[in-house]
Parts: sequence; C-alpha cells; structure tokens
Amino acid sequence: MDLGIFIFQTLIKILLVLLIFSALAGFTTYIERKVLAFMQRRLGPMYVGPFGLLQILADGIKLFTKEDIIPTNAIKPIFKVAPVILPVSAFVAFTGVPILPDIQIGDTTFQFLIVDSDVGVLFVLGVMAVGMFSPLLAGIASSNKWSLLGGARTAIQLLSFEVVTGLSILAPLMLVGSLNLIDINNYQIEHGWLIWQQPIAFVLFLIAGYAETNRTPFDLLEHEAEVVSGYATEYSGMRWGLFFIGEYVNMYIVSFLVVLIFLGGFGEGTLLDGLCYLAKVLFFIFLFLWTRAAWPHVRPDQLMWLTWKVLMPLAVINIVVTGLLVI
Amino acid sequence: MNKEVIKGSQNYIPVEIEDYPTTGWQKFKQVVRRSLGKELFVGLWVVLREMLKFNIHTVQYPEEVLPLPSRYRAVHKLLRLLESGNERCIGCGLCEKICIADCIRMETKEENGRKVVSEYSINLGRCIFCGYCAEVCPELAIVHGSRYENASEQRAHFVLKDDMLTPIDFLKEQKEFDGFGAVSPNADKLIKKTPLAY
Ligand code: SF4
Ligand code: SF4
Repeated sequence: MDLGIFIFQTLIKILLVLLIFSALAGFTTYIERKVLAFMQRRLGPMYVGPFGLLQILADGIKLFTKEDIIPTNAIKPIFKVAPVILPVSAFVAFTGVPILPDIQIGDTTFQFLIVDSDVGVLFVLGVMAVGMFSPLLAGIASSNKWSLLGGARTAIQLLSFEVVTGLSILAPLMLVGSLNLIDINNYQIEHGWLIWQQPIAFVLFLIAGYAETNRTPFDLLEHEAEVVSGYATEYSGMRWGLFFIGEYVNMYIVSFLVVLIFLGGFGEGTLLDGLCYLAKVLFFIFLFLWTRAAWPHVRPDQLMWLTWKVLMPLAVINIVVTGLLVI
Repeated sequence: MNKEVIKGSQNYIPVEIEDYPTTGWQKFKQVVRRSLGKELFVGLWVVLREMLKFNIHTVQYPEEVLPLPSRYRAVHKLLRLLESGNERCIGCGLCEKICIADCIRMETKEENGRKVVSEYSINLGRCIFCGYCAEVCPELAIVHGSRYENASEQRAHFVLKDDMLTPIDFLKEQKEFDGFGAVSPNADKLIKKTPLAY
C-alpha cells in the first residue's frame, strides 16, 4: 500500500479511537452512576438534562474549569506528568486491540486494528502495565501521607498482579501458539471458545484484570474509607480527570481482551458476529459495575495473600497441566 | 461461637460470629467457602434483583416532599381565631418568660380596654426549637409550623410578627392546630375529677 495513504489511514484510526473512547469513558461514568444507583434503590443523576444525561457535560465543564492546585512541597514536574501516563498508556494499548472486525468495502478491506503485531497480547498487556507508574509516581510526588500510602499500594498491586496476568494468559497462548490477537480469534472459530478449554485461566485473567484497572474489589489505591483518595488525594480538575479517563479506558481494554481471548472474539467477522462481540464487551463492562455495587474491598495483605498463595500456584498448575496435555 | 447471653427485657438476637481462623489452612478454607460458596454470589444476585425490581426509594426533593407529622417542630406560626379572625395571642407573656434561649420579645399596648400585641419576634438564630413556648401558650397562639426550609437572605426573615401571623385572607386555610402543645384528642377521657372531699 502507498505509504502516504497508510499514514493517513492510521492517523484517522488513531483519532477515531481517541475520540470514541474518551467519549465512552465519560459516558461510562454516567452508566456506572446509574447502574450503581439502581442496584442501591436510588435514581442516580436526574437533574441535568433528561434522566440526568447532561450530567457528563456538567462534570466535564467542572473538571475543565476547576483550579489546578499543585501543592507547595510536591515534586512539581513529576506531579504534573504523572496523570498523563495512565491515559496515554491506555490509549496506546488500545492501538493493539481490534475494536471491530475488518470490514470489506468493495475490494478494499478496512482494518480497524491499528497495530497488527505478532506480539499483540504482550504489547497490549505491557503497555497497559506501564500505566501503573501513574499512580505510583503521583503518590510519591504529592508529598501527602495518603498519596504516599496509595503509591505504596500501587507497588503492592503491581508486584502481585502482573505475575498472575502473565501466567494466567500463558496457558491459552500455549494452546493457540501465537501472541497475535487475530490468530487467537481465528483459533477459536475452529476449536470453540477458549473459556471451555481454559476456565481457570479465564477466571484468573478476569481477577487480574480487575486489579490492573484498579476496580472494586481491588481498588485499594484509592480506597476512600482508608486512604482518603489514595494517590489522587492532591489532584484536582483535569489532572484528576485524566486518571479516571485512563481507568475507564483500561476497563474497556480488559473487557475487549477477555472477550477476544476467551469468549470467541468477533468470530468470522460478519455483522452479527460484530454485534455479539460488542455485546459481550458491554457485558463485561457491566460486570465491572455490578461487582462494584455488590462486593467489599480487600485489604492489601489479603491481596498479596490471594495472589501469591492462591492465584499464582493455581496459574502455574494450570500451565503445567495444559503443557502436559498439549504435548 | 458467640454464646453471650443478653439479659434484659428486650428481644435482642445475638449475631452468630464464627471463631476467627488461626492457621493458614483454616484461613484458606474460609476464603474458599466465602468466594466459591454462597457469600459472593448471593451478593451479586441481591443487587441484580434490586435493579430488576426497580423499587426506587429516592424522593426527588424540591419536587417531592415527604409529609411531616403535625408534631414536627419547625419555624413558628402565630395563629388566629378560626371564627372571628382575631389574633389569638393575648399578650400574657408566658412564652417570653419560659423561653430557655431567651429569644422571644414582644411589645404590648392597650387598645379599647384590651391588651394587644403590637410587636412579637422570635430570634431564630438562638431558638433551639424546644417547643416550650408552644406548650406553655394558654391560647394555642404560638405554635410550631412545618416550614423547615430556612435559607434566607436576611436573618430577620421568618422572625417578625407579620411573617409568622396567619394573614387574614388566608384564614380559611388555617386548620386547628393538633401538633406540639395542642390538647390531645383524648384529653376529655384523661381528665380526672378534682377530689373535693378529703
Ligand atoms: S421553641 Fe424554645 S427556644 Fe424557641 S422560641 Fe420557643 S421556647 Fe424559645
Ligand atoms: S404565651 Fe401565647 S398568648 Fe401568651 S404571649 Fe405568648 S403567644 Fe401570646
């Protein structure tokens, strides 16, 4: 393909991903508030606009116009840069996720995937994990006790869950024999969804995904009841908002990954398959909100106990068993 | 097990608390029981059920207001006599005397051989809404109303006599007050004859 057209197309795709998913992140906050409210017999946002729909807009205006406070003792350059890392890493990771199957218009195929790499899964997970630096640096640079505690908990989280994420996904990858997300998707067309072959890996990966995106029950980085707002205590305005855009985009990535790797992805790429794909993704987003309404948080020591003493051995056993079966 | 027996006349039900696990294996069993057993999934089911039932308890406040019981003690009102529309207050000064926050002030003067109240004010900044004034008033003239939305631009609002007194044209809407300080509906039955002969 002509290089110029390629660059142009890629830029358009990047812009699309950026726009769609920052808008979706905002919309998800609204959905989250509504779903949580309904589950708790409340109504949620109701005043701004019909059914409170314009609440997102109001929140946006608030975030953009709020004073950007930088504490006197904070390490300023790091404090300023930290919130940017999370959304950047999240959006970069998104370039490796096929958000829609390829579309055939005439005899040109339009590919939604931006980076079609042979190490797709590694790329996405790796870049996503970089996002963890954001709360870590923010916590250390804020010169605030709560932030520091939040930062320390980030380190715990990173140590505990990166291992499980990697190990849990290893077993299905051994079956597929490729790190390319499209290959994983195509493998499932022939062999059925990987969740039936790898149920343990599915559960482990899902749990690890919750920790990666730091959502309930593993949101100990910003556990209101214990550490005020954790790493985000000193942040206000759009800098605070960036953390949350990053968090919600990460939620989407994890949902896409789970569906792609374990639930058949977009199958053969027909229209119906595409719709099913999106519905599955939305179900996982809903699951994030659902568990948030129902489950309590875990303590940091429980988190480490859970990962190192339960989940990691399970993942290793899973790999060994899968390995024996493959051979 | 928590075997504490609670004494007393009330029917307390002691919550059963299991012994805390001490060894690692017990802890592991507890986690498995809680995560794979009922607890986590019952939680999920309960919240989903509430969402599907859509049994919302929210009161959308400025549009919907919960009814107040008549004995609620909010900003005071001065009532009028239902038939003639005259002010009930006879200027006896009992309320001024009893008020523990010392926030009622009144001025009285004589008019046609009757004592009338020309000024009557309650400093709501000091009132503790104890209700003594309503209770002591022999005429059921000063009573507690149900206005609890106290935001105002000036402290003096709600406090002056004109603000509290039922306007004469709204006399029809004034109901006999049955709240704090009013005679209870079964008062006749409660009254005992004064024993005259000892
Ligand atoms: S309610 Fe109590 S404090 Fe308030 S004016 Fe009456 S007697 Fe005084
Ligand atoms: S006690 Fe009642 S009648 Fe007497 S002055 Fe106060 S409001 Fe008037």
